[in-house]
This record gives sequence, structure tokens and C-alpha cells, in this order.
Amino acid sequence: MKKELTCIECPKGCKISVELNDGIVENVRGYDCLRGKKYAESEVVCPVRVLTTTVRCSSGGMVSVKTDKPVKKSELFDIMKRINGITLDSPVKIGQIVKKDIAKGVNLVATCNK
Amino acid sequence: MKDNYGVVVIGGGAAGPATAIKAYDCGEKSVLIIERDEQLGGILNQCIHNGFGLTRFKESLTGPEYADRFIKELEKRNIEVMTETTVLSLSADKKITAINSQCGVFTIFAKSVVLAMGCRERSRGALNIPGSRPAGIFSAGAAQKFVNIKGFLPGKNVVILGSGDIGLIMARRMTLEGAKVKAVCEIMPYSSGLTRNIVQCLDDFGIPLYLSHTITKIEGKERVTGVVVSKVDENKKPISGTEIHIGCDTVLFSVGLIPENELSKEAGVELSPGTKGAVVDQYRETSVKGIFACGNVLQVHDLVDFVSEEAEIAGKSAAEYSLSGEKIKNYIATRGGSGISYVLPQKIDVNTEEDISLYFRVRLTIRNARVNLKCGENIIATYKKPILVPSEMQKVKLSATALNNISGELSVELEGDKQ
Repeated sequence: MKKELTCIECPKGCKISVELNDGIVENVRGYDCLRGKKYAESEVVCPVRVLTTTVRCSSGGMVSVKTDKPVKKSELFDIMKRINGITLDSPVKIGQIVKKDIAKGVNLVATCNK
Repeated sequence: MKDNYGVVVIGGGAAGPATAIKAYDCGEKSVLIIERDEQLGGILNQCIHNGFGLTRFKESLTGPEYADRFIKELEKRNIEVMTETTVLSLSADKKITAINSQCGVFTIFAKSVVLAMGCRERSRGALNIPGSRPAGIFSAGAAQKFVNIKGFLPGKNVVILGSGDIGLIMARRMTLEGAKVKAVCEIMPYSSGLTRNIVQCLDDFGIPLYLSHTITKIEGKERVTGVVVSKVDENKKPISGTEIHIGCDTVLFSVGLIPENELSKEAGVELSPGTKGAVVDQYRETSVKGIFACGNVLQVHDLVDFVSEEAEIAGKSAAEYSLSGEKIKNYIATRGGSGISYVLPQKIDVNTEEDISLYFRVRLTIRNARVNLKCGENIIATYKKPILVPSEMQKVKLSATALNNISGELSVELEGDKQ
């Protein structure tokens, strides 16, 4: 299987193509530097993102939150569903754990004070 | 309430707190920040995504976390902050008239003033798109405030005009919250946002980006019901026969930012047509002595890290001015050559002992670029850059020694493969 992607390591935005065989990277083409090669290899096997969103605060308004580690891109919408069920009571402090294990081994933490 | 201060900073967003901290640390202990919102941090508070602070803190912070780093530092110092206070006028002799609900209208005198008011979004009115005036049309920043601060989703089927970073960020944000983003249209043949945002906000969710396309009609009477999107030619004119109809209930505009310089103009500060902000020297002093400027009111930045850096330059200079008055300066002008939309600072005092940085933006993507700093026919310095793109502000450093030997105009010239 061949996958095409745009490198995000620098503004060049190289178009990199990766050949995958049973989930194993076989051939990477189109990168200009080693950072790009590394990015492409991990991105095609298991793309991960830090998820940032908000949860409702019982006293009104929203509290911004993030996952404390990157999560699988494919799980973003499932995690959003879990997060949308949460309501927080103030006071909330930056860095406070909002929900333990929102995904496997990943906590949801507050990114603002409220 | 005091009515005399050493340094008054107008605006407590991304730039203001960093300015005030630096002014205080440089010895000026009478510092005031005036902010019209109820809290400090400005637009960073609604930018809940990460990617802030990679240069400055070597980590990827969210907007509120980045703002909090500075607010915590501010709280360690005896710096006064007035929130929910709006500055109504500023004069060249640094008399500030402001208003809030506790004091009514009042006047403050400052030895030096730092303009840190930020910028505002270009609106639909600035674009002349035909159609009626239905509900459902928002600037990307307004939509961001609704979703992230107030907790309301402004619509369910969305078309975004402009591929600026805020528009891209909102495409992802609204998708995660359950809306369907049907298209992002960009009138230019390239995106004006960062590559990272194109990939992680559009490609990740399969949102199509139409380059060289614009909205030529907005439909709907009470609420938006759809838009007509057309391809544009090289002169950005819509091509007849290329129209496509997209049904939607919401249109977001992410079509550029304009420095908010009403107060600057009132004080007689000279503005630059290139940046739409004040003309400044390397100390970020404007054409009015003792009035300084930094952050997005001076030039629209893409990275907040550079806002903080600029804010600290202005803060240091404002403190020096309030403590020891105006320096004797010997100015030369700077200029951008072909392909450069502006160079900042617009003038440089060559009587300096400090190295300086020149900031500029290019109009087109240039690969394998050489940036030459020239004085007449003499090349003072050359910098190699693998790529220069319009969406990223460029920065080059110049040593004080090199500056001391310059007379005449300093020009930034480009060589390389244009695209």
C-alpha cells in the first residue's frame, strides 16, 4: 500500500510517499531531510495528535482542556464523546487533571484557570 | 488612584504583559497596563489549541497556558493592571483619557506609552460579497469565541472563506464539535496558513481546500442557506461558468488581520503602508517621542513567540525613555527590494552598541533563497534560506559593528527560485 502525505516539519511542505507492507515501512520517497523521513515513517504507521477542546463549567462558561499525551488520530471522535459528558466545578487550576485515563494511559488536563 | 505613571501599556493581550514585565525589570517601577477585557491574555484565551511557545519555551503550549506564563510573572511584580477599562484617547504629550465603570472618565499622564492594542479581523464589509444580510455569517475569531469561551456552536454546515490560520483552526474545532465543514476557499493560489495547520486541521478530517476560489454569492434571507463559489483568474477576478453551489447554514471569514491603530493616529503616530502599523526604529519607538509600539498593532505576527520578543524590546526602550529621556539618534532608512512587502524596523539608529534583527515578509514563495542586505551597491550581509513563504515572517540579524559603518539606505534584496 502506498500513502502520500505532506511533511509538517518545516515550511517547505515536502510531498512524501511511503510504501507500506503489512504495516511495515518499506520505502520512503520525496523527503528533503531526515526529520521529514522520521515524520513520514511514524505518521503512516500510527498518526497521533494532542487533542484540545473544552468542557462545560457548572458556574457558566467553558474550561479549556487537553490530553496530556498525544492520542491516536483514529480515536479523536470517540474521546470527544467522552469529554462532552463532563461538567466541572470551579475552581479549576491549570494542569489539574480533569479526567484520568480519558484514553489508555492518557489524562485530560485543564489548560486555563476558572 | 494615581494619575502619573512612568510607563503605561495600552492593551493586556499577548504583547502587553511581556512589555510591562520587561519595563519593570529594567528599573521602571511605576508601570500600568490598561486592558478593556475582564482578564489579561487577550485573544490567547480563546486560542485553546496547542503549538504556542515552541521557540520561547521549547514546548507546545495552548494559548491560555502561554498567557498564564506571563501573567504569573506579572503577579510577582508590583505592576498595576486596570481591566474592563477602555482608553478613549491618546495625545502626543502622552495624556491618556480612559473610562471604566468605577471611575467614569479619567485622565492619566505617562512618561512613556507602549501601544499594544493588537489587531482586528477584516470583515465581510471589506470584501464586497453580494447577497442579503442573513444570520450565520461570522468572522473566524468571533466563531472561536462562541465555541471556546461561551460554549455555543454557531452552525452545523460550514463554509470558510480564507485559509488564514484562525480559519483553519476553526475548521478542525467545529468538526470536532460535530459540525460539517464543507469547504475552505482561498482566493490566492497558495494557502495563507501554516503547513502544519493545513495538514492537521484540513487533511486530517478530509476537508477540501479550494485554492484560487472565492465566494461570489451568499444565499438566504433569515439564515444562510448556501454560497456560490467561483474559480478566479490570475487577477483574482471570478471566471464565469465555474460557479459551484454549496449548501450551508454558516459562513466564516478568515481573510486577514488589520492592526488597530485608531489611538496611534490620534496621537499623530506615523503609520507604514506596508505593515499598517506604526513606523518604528529598532527600539520600537514611533515617530512620536516616548510612544512605542509592539505586537500585532505594529505588524501582524504568525507566531506569538515573536510577539513576546518584540514586546520586550518595546518594554526595555519605554523604561529607558521614562528613566533617562530621549537618546541622540542617527537614523538611516530601511527598504524592501522586489518581492518584499515590508521591512521592520523602517528606520535604524546606527549609533548603537546592540545587534538588531530585521523582520520582513515576502510576496511569493522563494526556494534556495539568498537574502542580501545592501547599502547602495555594497553587500553588508548575506543569509541563505532554503525556503521563504508569504505565510511566515522572516527574521535576519545584523551586528552593531556592521551597522556602525553604514550610511545611506539599508535595502533587503532577494535572490532565488521564485514560484
